[in-house]
Amino acid sequence: MTDAAPATAPATDAPAVALRDATIRLNGRPILSEVSLTIGNGEFVAVLGPNGAGKSTLMKAILGLVPLVTGSVNVLGRPPQQARSRIGYLPQRQSFDAATRVRGVDLVTLGLDGARWGVPVTLTPGARHRRRAERQRVDEVIELVGAAAYADRAIGELSGGEQQRLLIATALVRRPRLLILDEPLDSLDLPNQAAVAGLIRRIASAEGVAVLLVAHDVNPLAAYLDRVVYLAGGRALCGEVAEVITAETLSDLYGTKIEVLRTSDGRLVVVGQPEAPHHHGHRHG
Amino acid sequence: MTPSLSINPIDDLRQLFTYPFMVNALEAGTIVAVLAAIVGWYVVLRRSAFASHTLSVMAFPGAAGAALAGLPAALGYYVACTAAALAIGGTARGGSTGRGGYGQAGESAVIGTVQTVGLAAGFLFLSLNAAVLGGPETLLFGTFLGITRGQVLVLLLVALGALATLVAMARPLLFASVDREVARASGVPVALLDTLFLLVLGLAIAATSQLTGALLVFALLVAPPAAAQQLTLRPVAGLVLSVAFALFTIWLALAIAYFSIYPVGFYVTTIGFVLYVLARVAGPGHRRR
Amino acid sequence: MFAHEFVRNAWLAGTFIALACGVIGWFVVVRAQVFAGDALSHVAFVGAIAAAAVGVDERIGLFAFTLALAGAMGVLGRRAQADDVTIGITFAWVLGIGVLLLAILATSAGGASGITTANTLFGSVYALSAGAAVLAAAVALAATGFVVGVARPLLLATLDPELATLRGIPVRALGLCFLAALAVVSAESTQAVGALLLLGLIAAPGGAARVLTARPYRGLALSGAIAVGSMWGGLALSYVISALPASTAVIGLAAAAYAAAGLWSRLGAARLSAGAGG
Repeated sequence: MTDAAPATAPATDAPAVALRDATIRLNGRPILSEVSLTIGNGEFVAVLGPNGAGKSTLMKAILGLVPLVTGSVNVLGRPPQQARSRIGYLPQRQSFDAATRVRGVDLVTLGLDGARWGVPVTLTPGARHRRRAERQRVDEVIELVGAAAYADRAIGELSGGEQQRLLIATALVRRPRLLILDEPLDSLDLPNQAAVAGLIRRIASAEGVAVLLVAHDVNPLAAYLDRVVYLAGGRALCGEVAEVITAETLSDLYGTKIEVLRTSDGRLVVVGQPEAPHHHGHRHG
Repeated sequence: MTPSLSINPIDDLRQLFTYPFMVNALEAGTIVAVLAAIVGWYVVLRRSAFASHTLSVMAFPGAAGAALAGLPAALGYYVACTAAALAIGGTARGGSTGRGGYGQAGESAVIGTVQTVGLAAGFLFLSLNAAVLGGPETLLFGTFLGITRGQVLVLLLVALGALATLVAMARPLLFASVDREVARASGVPVALLDTLFLLVLGLAIAATSQLTGALLVFALLVAPPAAAQQLTLRPVAGLVLSVAFALFTIWLALAIAYFSIYPVGFYVTTIGFVLYVLARVAGPGHRRR
Repeated sequence: MFAHEFVRNAWLAGTFIALACGVIGWFVVVRAQVFAGDALSHVAFVGAIAAAAVGVDERIGLFAFTLALAGAMGVLGRRAQADDVTIGITFAWVLGIGVLLLAILATSAGGASGITTANTLFGSVYALSAGAAVLAAAVALAATGFVVGVARPLLLATLDPELATLRGIPVRALGLCFLAALAVVSAESTQAVGALLLLGLIAAPGGAARVLTARPYRGLALSGAIAVGSMWGGLALSYVISALPASTAVIGLAAAAYAAAGLWSRLGAARLSAGAGG
């Protein structure tokens, strides 16, 4: 299985993500062994695989939060730590505490300036202008995710789907070139999953952002994806959905017999995959 | 020798300012209220109200121990609370990511035990020290008598330092408190902020305890900000409202306590409670959907 | 030391109170209701003061207030999930009322209130009369008996409420009874170790037992043993060292036991993982 060519011509020469012979270990356990893959600019790619396969760990390596034992990872042509400002990240999460008394619009604003020390003081016209531009960007991105109706309410009171949209807005507000979403659809019901998947596709196209989305189930996403990365047993397969999610390729990847069934409504079901040994911290890596 | 209310409210107010001890109390109260309200706003946001209660309990053995050692009680407050704050920081991470403290079985048993040991130690220190500061009541439930000029000065310096630190980290701290993981990924040094905040919290609690006593810190640290957060979701408005509520609480409590024979602790907690209940009732119309 | 009646009274009451605390404390820790214990202890203090202010036997106030709160918590419990903030502010207010009552007591009763405060807050196990000691022991024993009696259904209801309901266990009613028992034990313990310190006698032995063993009945017994041991040790120590208050000694020992248990289990775990090779 080879890497498919990116769907759109890249804006810069460097791909969004370039992993070469990367090996990652967690607590002494090998998670990934000499994995190479390339994600092009503007691609919408899902990262799939069974529990414990290392999907979240791979995302963290791309963010520079987890070190590589061997190999290299480059994001937008640079090491991950230097590219942090161009990456938007939505970590795996439980929903907000119901009593959190902060508005969605405040959260998105923090996504924009939350790492800056001191308080925003608008004394000079230049500062005032900048502040206004920032506020405009926040409104713009909230509009983009369709959350304008409830952005002024307390986050804790919103539904899962609504919270997810605001979180996506937070990740997008600084115009990243790469968006990493770790299991964003997990806690949503089916209609919401499809809606959020469609939203992400639209955003990826509109803003020209490459999207890496970790998921358990490819079905809500299948129609929108450019490619799939499938992780199992420390190895990774990359290609289009129809190429990767077949009985032959997955059996080859896992080393045991896997069946891929297609239901009457077109959904794919993978059967026979052994779950990786479950160690601590699946939800909080 | 209880001062009595006259018909003329202006005269009554002027009475409050005649005696130095009362002026000291009012000044101390103002400083403490501002500090507690701002720090407390973050405490409520970070859901670490319970951890703050444990910290405040530590003020009791701190002050009693200092008195036993012949040191000024205020020193005991500051040292004990900040040391406990850092110790808590070293162990639990209960603050920003959900319900800290009482939620987890094992952790709450530890915290409950530590709290009790602190109280027991304080009692021991008090028992050993014959020339006592009026029994456990003043240390546990607060007093507005006997606040010295020196104390007020130290409070002012501590408050300025703590607030300056808070102002500097206002936004990153808010970010880390609301969404730790995303903040970390955005480059916010969450671990450092945790430690700094705990330090500031320890100082704020030590300051507040000198007025409200170790057990009633909640009335100034948590009640005003909690009430403010019920009424508004905007950060800046919330902070301002929180300070306003805290000042109102302490001024009214001190004023009433001056004319009444009953202790200030009752007034502070009652006013705080009433404020909070009113705010809850008057709060945003849309509660749980 | 047992020649003195006040010592005998203290040991009588203290033993059974400690047993009750240890036994119920194990459940308190497992059910993650340490906070309820804390709340009950605050309220116990106010109850005692209120009773004294009204001129009634303190114990009536103790029991009335704690049982009332237990009832309220049981009823409101699952539904109105009040958060730490609301609970904390409410309890600060309750304590504030206690402070007011203290002051009222002071102005009406002269100097007697000083003794009452320290006793109520920090215990007065050596001040128990023979009758009070016997009563305390009997009540504590009854509470212990109750908890041990319902231990099995209570454990199931704690670990798997749905399964328990299926098996016909009245989970909610049982929870309510448990809180009532905790209220009774809290009220009792206030006499021995004081309202502020009783949480230690409930949380520390229970916590220590939990750390040392995951087996329920062993844990229950261990918790009781640690509590009683701490009480005996504390009483003995405070008799010998007159400057040491009894309650402090008891709590100190219970906490030390907890710390030791924690250390032991951590050393054991380290040895285990080092041996197994990680």
